[in-house]
Amino acid sequence: MNKLIEKLEARALRNDLPDLRVGDSVRVQVKIVEGDKERLQVFEGVVIRLNGGASRASFTVRKISFGVGVERIFPLHSSRIEKIQVVSRARVRRARLYYLRKQSGRAARLTAST
Amino acid sequence: MLSGLVGRKIGMARIVDAGGRPWAATVIALGPCVVTQLKTAANDGYDAVQVGFERAKPSRVTRAQRGHVAKAEVAAPVVLQEFRRRAEGELKLGQALSAADVFQPGDTVDVSGISKGHGYAGVIKRHHFAGFPGSRGTHEYFRHGGSIGNRSFPGRVRKGLRMAGQMGNKKATALNLTVMEVMAEENAIVVSGAVPGAAGGIVTVRHAARPR
Repeated sequence: MNKLIEKLEARALRNDLPDLRVGDSVRVQVKIVEGDKERLQVFEGVVIRLNGGASRASFTVRKISFGVGVERIFPLHSSRIEKIQVVSRARVRRARLYYLRKQSGRAARLTAST
Repeated sequence: MLSGLVGRKIGMARIVDAGGRPWAATVIALGPCVVTQLKTAANDGYDAVQVGFERAKPSRVTRAQRGHVAKAEVAAPVVLQEFRRRAEGELKLGQALSAADVFQPGDTVDVSGISKGHGYAGVIKRHHFAGFPGSRGTHEYFRHGGSIGNRSFPGRVRKGLRMAGQMGNKKATALNLTVMEVMAEENAIVVSGAVPGAAGGIVTVRHAARPR
């Protein structure tokens, strides 16, 4: 990529983010605008994918909500994200945990990393 | 000052606004541009400023071109382009012009360039025709344009009928783009959206002819 473009996009980078990995259980606090008020919403689940790099990087979080699987893709460096907390870390052998979609209950658990 | 400048398209970038929303934008490096001729109503019938862009290889410069730019005491440029004057400001022959002289963030501009060439393209690619059914008896007639006219009346093909032909590699202008940023140090500007041509192509940026 051209240096000028890199320089422009580097401004959007955040350096207050934790070291995210696939398999992490995370709490993502997202800023939500309701009318003219802004509040925080928490999305808690497992990181099943890290995608892209630099200012365009994104990650996908999967959770089970009332028995239904819900996945949400967040732009990693978005200023709409207030905070990302890593709750726990699991040992996974894949870069993309798409197999979790086909599993439910006990089978969908990940083994905690030591 | 003048109404535009010549530059090169650097490429596209993702610019995030204060609200965290990403926008597509194009980075254009303007110049180096110098004033090569000042046209006046008295002398030429209209007022304009001729600008030279970059420096041409000496082997590609004719004597006539060399003689023309000698008056401004500059090297022969790759492109000579005229711009109308816009707002007040003294301009001298040989004066170097920068992005910040001509553009401010928030300005509306038109950007012209040579679009990417797609060669001799058929009607589906060139004019978004639908083509023919893939089955049910279609025989060797999948990507054709179909009929091009009637019978003995009118006995000719209407002018301007869309057919296959050269696509792209032609001057194209993107209208009413916003200048999102002026990078004075790099002599570059960032405009909203896409701009005709490939990265590295020569583009002309002018203040919008018909701003919204």
